[in-house]
Formats: sequence, C-alpha cells, structure tokens
Amino acid sequence: MVVLVEIAPPDFDRVFAALADHTRRDIVRRALSAEEGVLELANHYPMSFAAVQKHVAVLERAGLITKQRIGRRRVVRTNREALLVARRLLDQYEGLWRARIDRMNQLIAETAGAIATVETKKSKR
Amino acid sequence: MTVTAVRKDPQRLTLTIEAEFDASVERVWQLWADPRQLERWWGPPTYPATFTKHDLAAGSRIEYHMTGPAGDQPHGYWDVLEVEPPRRIVLRGGCAYGDGTLTTEVPISTIRVSIEEVAQGRTRMSIENVFPSTEAMEQILAMGTQEGQRQAVSQIDAVLAEETIRR
Repeated sequence: MVVLVEIAPPDFDRVFAALADHTRRDIVRRALSAEEGVLELANHYPMSFAAVQKHVAVLERAGLITKQRIGRRRVVRTNREALLVARRLLDQYEGLWRARIDRMNQLIAETAGAIATVETKKSKR
Repeated sequence: MTVTAVRKDPQRLTLTIEAEFDASVERVWQLWADPRQLERWWGPPTYPATFTKHDLAAGSRIEYHMTGPAGDQPHGYWDVLEVEPPRRIVLRGGCAYGDGTLTTEVPISTIRVSIEEVAQGRTRMSIENVFPSTEAMEQILAMGTQEGQRQAVSQIDAVLAEETIRR
C-alpha cells in the first residue's frame, strides 16, 4: 500500500466493524466529551442496559473507547487517535478530489468555445 | 474558485465535496458522460486514466485503467447503480486485476454525484464518497496517486497555492 498511516490502530477491521453500527457511532460521538458512564449513556437509547453495555464492550475491544476513572466514577472516553486515522485518509482524499475538480475546470475553460458542439451532441444519447 | 464546500465525517467515512463551475448543467454532465472528458480529469497527469468500457446506464459496468510512469496499470471499475441525466449518478467503484477480474467482490466505495443549476450559467456539482473501511480508502488513494504520498502532498499544496492566488 502506498499510503502511509503513521498512527496504526491494532485492527482496522475491528475498528470499522465497531463503527458500522448506528448506536455505537452515537456512543463514540457522545463519549468525545468523556462525561458519562455506561449507565448514563444507556439512558439515551431505547434498549436495555445490558445491550448498551455490549455495544460499549465492542467499542472498547476495538480500541475506540476506554473507561476512565474520575474520582469514584468511571466515564467512557473516545480514543481520538483511532478516529484520526480515518480523518487523515479523508484529508488525503479531499486533496485528490480538489485536484480533479481543478482539472475539470481547466477542461471546461478549454472547451468553452466548443460548448455549442457539446450541447448538440447530447441528443445522440 | 470552484470548490465551495467540503464535509468530512470520519466516523461514517464519508467525504462530500461541492464545486461550482461557470458552465451549464449539461456541460458539467459531459465531464462524466463523455469518457474522453473523464480521461482528462480522473487521473493526475502522471497517472492518466483510460476508459475502456463506458456506458452511463443503470446496471452497466464502466471499466478503466490508469497508466503510471513506470508502465504500471492499476485497473478499476464502477457499477452504475443510478443515472438521471443530466443531474444524478450513483456509482459503486472497485479495483480489478490487470486482466480485468475483480480483486474483490466487496465494493470499495460509493460515489453519488448530483448536478444542479445555481444561477444562469453557474452549476453546482456535489460528490459524496462513502467508504466501507479505511483500507478501502487506502486502496482508492493508492489508485489515484500511485506515485505516492509525496506527490499527493505536492498536489494538495499546488491546489492550495492556486486557491490563495485566486482569492
């Protein structure tokens, strides 16, 4: 693979299988602020505490969240590094598309004089 | 400047990029509908794309390859899921081996293109890319910028520099 990712989470598949579920993505989003424990998180979803606990366990195994002790509480915290990998790839992909759009623009500018020809050609479709 | 908005969602692995062109909807549509025009912008100058099969009709498979400076030819394909000329295309893209057989039956990304007029002679194109995994994204990035990270970065720099000049 040409693209280098410096931050390498242990298991891509596990990370993205974990993120493939809507509830788990929502937990990841809420846990960015690291304010709630599992019990509080569970209040947001129309499912049993045990079900939410299972989702949290999947995310924890994927390295996307950790449970952190703050005083007597244990809050769920999102591991931003794991999300950063995806972010970095999206940044590179944005660069790819920006370059493409630039080329599109050049092409349009180049053929501006020939628009009439292109317009009549559409009827052949 | 052409790129008007970029939205990234790292959790859902989605990138949406919007651009506006001083051209009609039909002209912008031709960028996708005409394979000879597609070839002019899909790959970077050092990795030009050649579309060997191109029928923009729902159910058809578009095939292309890119040619690198060392003669390497990564192949790719798009399955055309939806087409609504001249405003909407939904493609599911993937990689293929040199002989044309697919590397995997798992689709590696979905591209949704929508084209609309924002003013007389001014057209907005929105491209939404959804990836099933970061590995799929790496694969696509490798196809698009096979020459490596260095070039990808310099491309970005070049684009950013142009942006500054235009503003």
